[in-house]
Amino acid sequence: MRYLPNSPSDRAEMLRTIGYGSVEELFSQIPQEIRFQGRLNLPGPLSEQEILDFFREAASQTSREYASFLGAGAYSHFRPVAVDAMLSRGEFFTAYTPYQGELAQGTLQAMFEFQTLMTQLTGMEVSNASLYDGSTATTEAVLMALRLTRRNRVLVARSLHPEYREVMTTYVRHQGTEMVNVPYSAAGQLNMGELELALKPETAAVVVQSPNFFGVVEHCRKVAELVHQKGALLIVSVTEPLSLAVINPPSEADIVAGEAQSFGVPVAFGGPYLGFLATREKFMRQMPGRLVGQTVDTEGRRGFVLTLATREQHIRREKATSNICTNQSLCALAATIYLCLLGKEGLKALAEHNLAKAHYAAHQLLDVPDITIPFQGPYFNEFVVKVPGGAEGLLRILRREKILGGVSLGRFYPELKDHILVCVTETVNKATIDHMARVYNDYAKRKKSGNARKATASHALGQENV
Amino acid sequence: MKDHIRHARPHISRDEDLIFERSAPGKCGVDPLPLEVPSVSASELLGKEFHRAEIHGFPEVSELEVIRHFTRLSTWNYGVDTGLYPLGSCTMKYNPRINEVVARLEGLATDHPYTPPELAQGCLRILDETARCLAEITGMDAVSLQPAAGAQGELSGILMIRAFLAERGNPRRYILIPDSAHGTNPASVATSGYEVRPLKSGARGTIDLAEVDRAMTEEVAGLMLTNPNTLGIFEVQIREICNLVHQKGGLVYMDGANMNALLGIARPADFGADVMHLNLHKTFTTPHGGGGPGSGPVAVKKFLEPYLPSPTVERAADGTYRLNYNRPKSIGRVRAFYGNFGMAVRALAYIAANGGEGLLQTTQDAVLNANYVMRRLQDVYDLPYNGPCLHECVLSDHRQAARGVRTGDIAKRLIDYGFHPYTTSFPLIVQGALMIEPTESASMDELDEFIEAMRAIAEEIEEDPEFVLKAPHTTRVSRLDEATAARKPILRWKK
Repeated sequence: MRYLPNSPSDRAEMLRTIGYGSVEELFSQIPQEIRFQGRLNLPGPLSEQEILDFFREAASQTSREYASFLGAGAYSHFRPVAVDAMLSRGEFFTAYTPYQGELAQGTLQAMFEFQTLMTQLTGMEVSNASLYDGSTATTEAVLMALRLTRRNRVLVARSLHPEYREVMTTYVRHQGTEMVNVPYSAAGQLNMGELELALKPETAAVVVQSPNFFGVVEHCRKVAELVHQKGALLIVSVTEPLSLAVINPPSEADIVAGEAQSFGVPVAFGGPYLGFLATREKFMRQMPGRLVGQTVDTEGRRGFVLTLATREQHIRREKATSNICTNQSLCALAATIYLCLLGKEGLKALAEHNLAKAHYAAHQLLDVPDITIPFQGPYFNEFVVKVPGGAEGLLRILRREKILGGVSLGRFYPELKDHILVCVTETVNKATIDHMARVYNDYAKRKKSGNARKATASHALGQENV
Repeated sequence: MKDHIRHARPHISRDEDLIFERSAPGKCGVDPLPLEVPSVSASELLGKEFHRAEIHGFPEVSELEVIRHFTRLSTWNYGVDTGLYPLGSCTMKYNPRINEVVARLEGLATDHPYTPPELAQGCLRILDETARCLAEITGMDAVSLQPAAGAQGELSGILMIRAFLAERGNPRRYILIPDSAHGTNPASVATSGYEVRPLKSGARGTIDLAEVDRAMTEEVAGLMLTNPNTLGIFEVQIREICNLVHQKGGLVYMDGANMNALLGIARPADFGADVMHLNLHKTFTTPHGGGGPGSGPVAVKKFLEPYLPSPTVERAADGTYRLNYNRPKSIGRVRAFYGNFGMAVRALAYIAANGGEGLLQTTQDAVLNANYVMRRLQDVYDLPYNGPCLHECVLSDHRQAARGVRTGDIAKRLIDYGFHPYTTSFPLIVQGALMIEPTESASMDELDEFIEAMRAIAEEIEEDPEFVLKAPHTTRVSRLDEATAARKPILRWKK
């Protein structure tokens, strides 16, 4: 076995040295009746070449030849090659959590830089060193707000990512907490009237996503005013943090949490991703997850350590702020490298590029008869189009053209079954956008003539035929 | 000439600034992608309320500076690639390079989670095959790869126990946890709405059957245990313990953190566990990455399958794979999408590289290595629980503490000898614990060097404890002031 460094004679010598006749004797503590007697039915052993062949075959059964307008919480962005070049250094990716600070200054300094970058982006004062993903980070923000306010009601915008809401439900179900959804308005933003009605004195927090699941930017300042009047906390969830390079950060919020996969982490069929959580300094000691702090060594040199560990499970056990043990260090490192490469101007330029392409795409689709963009609020790189009579059918036609046209919203919002969430990043080019628009146009034309035919055949309400 | 040498300062490579301190306006590590569509004015489009003009303080550096910055930082780290990393309970084994290559293949790294399943068959197949392999290794019937890390696997498992018992009328109130358990166990139990009832370990460091009998009442939902436990000792009465819990209507959760001791040797489902998690980043070589991403699949017996997190990956009769969201009894979602897919790719590559025989050899080597270290150090460091260990051994600083040197100090001195320290002060049931897990990735030669270093440190403690207390002496920074860091936290750079 190529990964094992001991030779048969090494093994024999070691056994001899410690006085055992066979390795089997070391397992004699395990009762014979529960020893596994068979052979594990597993693939392999495979050579490296066979492994590569197997996974290449699997990789061929994917959508890799398709252009993609899929977003909805996972964003395809170009990753500069320097990101993987640096991540692939074994000193980074084969290291453990930096509990032994003197041997882990590399990871620690990078995490300190990550924390700084996240505060700069979010307009918050402190950030942790990352959490699992956006859904759990947003959920941890809710748990944190419950601890801080000692109240037990949480209002959640329906325009928060539906899977985030599901995760939140799983976590708060057994905390005696009431979770209430707040509807969205005609503009696709949080319905302020409904929010006001739902805000009761026992409300711990209000959770809003911005840009929200429909891609629409929320009026965070106005929401914050209302929420704070009632003594509740505002949690803003961000799933597309690239937006923060051109959109004002929700600095009026109490906690900003979300997903930073956009920054140099591949979409990789859903994970691993990069949750983040930033907040105000006064709430620091109720934060979940790891924190890196600056300090000095015995000779006064600057160094970094994991700090405020008394919040964490390995010290506090059942009284910890969270059961989280790990962060997403390597993904946070990827984001740090990515953000350093792009920097202030590069990130802004990329965000403006996304903004321009998404608006170009929206205009192309708006030119198609019967296609509308129902939510009129400002958006960044994602928007909703309404396709009367069948989003699913249109998406199927687009797939034939090797285009993944977006996420059909009917699966999450029954009332939006004719709606598609379209995401446009720098990874799609103009030709693809134009191609998609042509497919929409053809579809609209066919539908029109089809409807006309059906009307003459006097069964106008027949099943959409695609 | 001599003066020049005397005045030479350490190169910047040994004293790299924060990236923010290297920043200067006008520098950038990427060149913009040309825009082929009409440009827009962000300020007009978004208006005053929403438009952001600048991210204050954000770095501006060239690509080369980024490369040098992170290369230098990496050299201040210690990884499995650097040398022996005997961190107990963490299973710091070699991370095969092929894993990294296959996880980055186009298609696997680039498929979006909302790709229609018929176009993501390769990804779904990997999830399904990985789950099948893990079920085979544990003897369990079904596996969900959704939990993002071990602690989330624990939470999922305990929530499944709750859902199962609740459906039968009473979720009950307590979960029993031995005092030797990982800190995540009680924390996860608290998150799932249960209360923790600690179980005192017996004289051999294992669970006392009589103790379980006493504690296991109608109010107890189950027992959460780690086997082998954190002392590296197998619970010899495991069947009797599990039977007892079952007889009283409870379920058994097993923390699979120490599964590296059991591959091909014993299967948790066979000795009575009902639900367990695995740490792909421990047993199955997905890299620890400086603290994540991990992956904590949860494995269950048939009767708990309906409660697994939603969605599940299923294989239809025609051989195609699909996602099943129609799971009315599920505990729900524990994270967005389907889990850390990239980690499943790596774990499957590792399992396939080994096959069943390779995994068995892996466990045998890991156990032999741990016993080798234990036997060759027990004359200089106290061994509180004697007897062959499995994948790790736990010594204590009892003798050294008499000279004022504790486990944490010995660990720091070990750094000077070129090794990453063992785990200090855990498990809590051993005062001043030195928890050593060499894994199968340590060669005999490297273990000999490690043993020699540990013995030398024991001598140093006798001769000059002060010297050990000031260790490490050879690292870029000396001991760091953790107390001040916690008292006056500085968590970000400011201009």
